[in-house]
Amino acid sequence: MKGDFIDNLPKIYGLYTGGFLLFFALMAWFETLGMSADTIGILFVAFTIAIYAMIGVLSRTMEIGAYYVAGRQVPPVFNGMATAADWMSGASFVALAGGVYMGGHAYLAFVVGWTGGYVLVATLMAPYLRKFGCYTVPDFIGTRFGGKLARLCAVIVLVVASFTYVTAQIDATGTVAARALNIPFEVGVWFGLSGILVCSMLGGMRAVTWTQVAQYIVLIVAYLLPVFWMSIAQGFGPIPQFAFGEAVSRIMELEPVLGVGTKATEAVPGLAVLTTLHATPGEGAMAAWKFVTLVACMMIGTASLPHILMRYFTTPSVRAARSSVAWSLLFIFLLYFTAPALATFSKLQLLDPSLPTAIIGKTIESVNSLEWVQKWSAIGMVAVRDSNGDGLLQINEFFLRADIIVLATPEFAGLPYVISGLVAAGGMAAAMSTADGLLLAIANALSHDLYFKIIDPKAETRKRLLVARFLLVVIGAGGAIVASMKLTGILGAVAWAFCFAMSGLFFPLVLGIWWKRANSEGAIAGMIIGLGVGWWYLLAVRSGMTPWLGLDHLRFGIVGASASLVAMVLVSLLTPAPEKEIQDMVDEVRIPRGEAVLGSAH
Amino acid sequence: MSQLTAENRVLHWQHTRNLMTAHLVVWFLFSYVVHWFAPELNNIRFAGWPLGYYMASQGALVAFVIQLFIFVKQQDNVDRKFGVAEDD
Repeated sequence: MKGDFIDNLPKIYGLYTGGFLLFFALMAWFETLGMSADTIGILFVAFTIAIYAMIGVLSRTMEIGAYYVAGRQVPPVFNGMATAADWMSGASFVALAGGVYMGGHAYLAFVVGWTGGYVLVATLMAPYLRKFGCYTVPDFIGTRFGGKLARLCAVIVLVVASFTYVTAQIDATGTVAARALNIPFEVGVWFGLSGILVCSMLGGMRAVTWTQVAQYIVLIVAYLLPVFWMSIAQGFGPIPQFAFGEAVSRIMELEPVLGVGTKATEAVPGLAVLTTLHATPGEGAMAAWKFVTLVACMMIGTASLPHILMRYFTTPSVRAARSSVAWSLLFIFLLYFTAPALATFSKLQLLDPSLPTAIIGKTIESVNSLEWVQKWSAIGMVAVRDSNGDGLLQINEFFLRADIIVLATPEFAGLPYVISGLVAAGGMAAAMSTADGLLLAIANALSHDLYFKIIDPKAETRKRLLVARFLLVVIGAGGAIVASMKLTGILGAVAWAFCFAMSGLFFPLVLGIWWKRANSEGAIAGMIIGLGVGWWYLLAVRSGMTPWLGLDHLRFGIVGASASLVAMVLVSLLTPAPEKEIQDMVDEVRIPRGEAVLGSAH
Repeated sequence: MSQLTAENRVLHWQHTRNLMTAHLVVWFLFSYVVHWFAPELNNIRFAGWPLGYYMASQGALVAFVIQLFIFVKQQDNVDRKFGVAEDD
């Protein structure tokens, strides 16, 4: 049966995609028959979660290899899709286009950083970690450097980075579930968590892999379909990604005319007016420095995030791991190169007086009578003010919450509600798939590295898997409790996770592969000092210290990772070189051929 | 297929290292250098786009994707040439 399943993957997921599109068409038809918007939203979310749950249950397993690394038989293209879903979080899906809309060129640092990091993953990390044959990232650190302390440090860094990230994802699932199902946020969080756990608990990595592929298909369809539809409806052509250059230039022409950049004269809590120019970068070296340092943090963070690296442990070979990184990037690219197009078109629709959808310059009365303005104003996401009392809407009198761009743009263009239902399902898929990967990374590190490798090395398979599942539930519940407290914004928490990961893990991983002389003492110093300095700097900046060289709380990873590099190199050189055995192991990791360094039953 | 000799191992790692360095140079150009000069590049129009904005919203991304598929092919060739590739 298992062999059959792998052989038939294209057919199975092809049918699944067809089925999903059919479901979409059916909902669109029901809408024309008069089904309510609420019912459509509920059906979309319920239907997709039911499918993921079914895949999760079908993939249940009691084998260690299947639970930790999906039996190492995931083909590169499918692993690429799973990684893309694992990677693109609720923040990418919901907030990215809104960020580009509001933040202009400076915000594109996220787009560049979140794609280019994969070049580091492919050239420096993934193939070598695959050859190593580990189950988890701390497994590599623990074996390459030797000693329980190194392993423990890696577990700590992993937990700090991934837990910061997972609370943001559970928060996002809660938000989407609450909105789509009309339940309170606190209930939505727990509902979202149970959906997440049903995908991962019974089948571990195997279940997460096959649900993530399914979630990728839903999220990419949900992101692209409205953009294509809107673009055709508005006469921008069928593939707007390749045609939005003119729209960018048009916005640049309009900006001085409309006075983009004038501050609002009143404040609406939680909402903002557009004050940043769309395509013009900030002046001077500081703006350029801020751009490249944010890019660096996101890229190096990408290459250090355990829930991403562990996806490449699941391919059948080293070659497959490498090509899988390229496929991952292609699938991620499809969303990331669409987000700026979406942001540009939605801005143009509101700004350009020659388009029927424009609102800037119209009378306040006519804008207030628009259906989408009324709908979003009612829930406090949009606000229209007449600050100067002239009865016309100026650019600095239109307030909105950036997050709603993805959801609201189809409505600017007057698309049917079924699109909003689709987008809700996509946002849910994005947040759930990332949360699953993160929870699994944490639970696996604790069960494999802390419990099995450090506390009880004699534990039998059954017990190990029970511990792994128990931890998954406990950590998920912990994440949900923290998420329901709403401590940080979604995007801030995501950037912190990247900075924590790069501070503690990047150099120990890279130098472990590329520098034979790196030893256990060096790696331990690199992890402790990197994470410690990064954390200290974050707290110092947050409590009012003037950032060094403009490195604010989103970029503290630069400080942490630099400290980690210096500490690791110095301490390694001051202590004896690793034993010959270890050096030979590094030689083995560097060539694809031959058995994995760690046997299959470690 | 050639044998897995000590000499081949050394040569393989040299070529792998050079390939890695070459790709990181390209990566560095598209990740940092072009964005540093975004204000200047914006004065150039590329198929309707201001070039600086194009590079950050699409150009660099396209470059990364193409680069990785090329890297996969090149590294595989290196592995085969020195007899360290996995069996097909």
